[in-house]
Amino acid sequence: MAFPEILNARALRQGIDGFVNQLVIDYADTLERLSQPLLNFLVFVEQLLRNSPWYLVIAFLAIIAWFGSKRWTLMVGVVLLMLFIGVIGQWDRGMQTLALMIVSLVMCLIVGIPVGVLMSLSERFRKVALPVLDVMQTMPSFVYLIPVVMLFGLGKVPALIATIVYAVPPLIRLTDLGIRLVDHSVMEAATAFGATRRQKLMGVQLPLAMPNIMAGINQTTMMALSMVVVASMIGARGLGQEVLAGINRLEVGRGLLAGLAIVALAILFDRVTQAYGQRLQYPKQGDK
Amino acid sequence: MAKIEISGIYKIFGPNPKRHLQAVTKGLSKDSLLADTGHTLGLQDVNLSIEEGELFVIMGLSGSGKSTLIRHINRLIDPTSGSIRIDGENVLNLRQNELIQLRRHKMSMVFQRFALFPHKTVLDNVAYGLTVQGIDKKNARVIAADWLEQVGLQGFGDQHPHELSGGMQQRVGLARALATNPDILLMDEAFSALDPLIRKEMQDLLMKLQQQLHKTIVFITHDLDEALRLGNRIAILKDGALVQQGDPQDILLAPQDDYVADFVKDVNRGKVLNAHHVLAKPVSTLTTQTSVTKAREWIMRHGFDYATVLEGPYLKGIVTLNALQSATEDTIRERVSPVSSVLESADLESLMPRMIRDTAPIAVTTDNGEFVGWVSRTKVIRLISPAQPIGQQDPVGELTE
Repeated sequence: MAFPEILNARALRQGIDGFVNQLVIDYADTLERLSQPLLNFLVFVEQLLRNSPWYLVIAFLAIIAWFGSKRWTLMVGVVLLMLFIGVIGQWDRGMQTLALMIVSLVMCLIVGIPVGVLMSLSERFRKVALPVLDVMQTMPSFVYLIPVVMLFGLGKVPALIATIVYAVPPLIRLTDLGIRLVDHSVMEAATAFGATRRQKLMGVQLPLAMPNIMAGINQTTMMALSMVVVASMIGARGLGQEVLAGINRLEVGRGLLAGLAIVALAILFDRVTQAYGQRLQYPKQGDK
Repeated sequence: MAKIEISGIYKIFGPNPKRHLQAVTKGLSKDSLLADTGHTLGLQDVNLSIEEGELFVIMGLSGSGKSTLIRHINRLIDPTSGSIRIDGENVLNLRQNELIQLRRHKMSMVFQRFALFPHKTVLDNVAYGLTVQGIDKKNARVIAADWLEQVGLQGFGDQHPHELSGGMQQRVGLARALATNPDILLMDEAFSALDPLIRKEMQDLLMKLQQQLHKTIVFITHDLDEALRLGNRIAILKDGALVQQGDPQDILLAPQDDYVADFVKDVNRGKVLNAHHVLAKPVSTLTTQTSVTKAREWIMRHGFDYATVLEGPYLKGIVTLNALQSATEDTIRERVSPVSSVLESADLESLMPRMIRDTAPIAVTTDNGEFVGWVSRTKVIRLISPAQPIGQQDPVGELTE
């Protein structure tokens, strides 16, 4: 039996369409202008990575891996993974994807950590933010790809924004959780010594939440990588585009090689961020 | 003026404490408040005045409200009603930034579970209070290093707290609290998490530091032995209300009710009490320059066996009537016989064998040898016998008559 028609879904749909269309008419130009710095940043990173000699890029990543983990095995692993990407002929596209990852990660940090901090400080804000995060994580990304493309046009910026929307929630959640998990008695000590809210946040809460925040960064990078193919549908270049081409032309080899390169990047990001997070972990007091 | 003056503090925990305040002040009990309204009565009508330079112990079982009470002094918890004056100023009227200044400069706190910052080195932990004040890191570290040495942890500055044992961690906690040179030290069960030997060590350290620093210390504990050992005065808290306050002897000898008597019952008095507690001051003393006739007259007039002879603040010995009978010289100098003495801090357990072996009086002196009085045998016997709540028969009283 059909469900009784309570409101006119067709009219609702058209209403939403009309609203978004109006939004595009009124604001698309402004938004594109506002997003210009973001585009410049992305292009800058991309040019830097693509124009630098490959061995310099690998050396740079190896240094980051060393300072992140202080383990030479991991450093060697990073070098091998990057060589692998080059050997299977995905270097240039890999650099494009890497640039997108780096920029979206930076944007996620800029947005995610302050929002997470706010959530941990205000119960009210937290109550509002949690369902929003749930929606961001569960809503199929294609649904918001349409209006984002309409507003920003095809290209790098909408891909970046879609990636951020999809990838930032775990960082926000884990920042909030990390701050909430800071030992109550340690916070009390800071208060008892006359620390201001700011001193408590910067000097105690954030440093002690770092292991959790690093776990959040790890999750965020993984989710951003998983958006690579979707992002390429709206104009992001790189490995995703290659996978897409593989699908369109039914070329398994093309898709597989690009896919393997994505996996290599994922492993690289994952291991380095995890190792750094572990190094930040302090044993609880009283354990001895 | 008392250093800390707590008057009429009530604390009710729950969603709407003010609404139930009146019922509580009219005598609604903790249990019925909880049953009727779901609110918990934390403190009821607590009045305390803590003097400058004293080590004031607040004692009670868990749930008695002692940790709540100490957190009122630096306003980690605000009372439902009442006032807290520090140096005459009601801290409840302070604005947020004034409160922060008070916490930075006037008082600091030592915590039961140490509450050190796990991400900072030991040295930076000690320096924390100073850096929060805005002192630059370099100077703060110099001061912190000095305090680290005072608590016996020189050389550990670069380690992290988790690398130290519990006792050492609490030394860091103590150094952190002292580094800002506050007037008031709040110690919330500071030594309760430590094992007995380390606890005793920390008590000794605290007493040693207190002798030099003369801070006003509020010390929370559930351990009566600790309270008696450390406290100049002791207040006992039960269900958020004060049941008794007084000096250690008061508590031991005249427990106000069964709750306190229960506490006192199992105390090892021989260990807890020391010569200071069984002191009898001589009515008056003679000097080596006193004339023989005057001394003889003095002893007979008072009906004593002997008189105390001092030279300046130091004990010379005693002079007995016997020794004076045949004396022909002018002063009693040559007739004084020496006596043995103990330090004020000597515990009763170590005194007992001497008292039993020897009937001669035992003198009590300070650490630097000044005479303070005699060991009173009567007091010793009274103090080591089990306490009875007031109003009950005191069997020892009869014995000593």
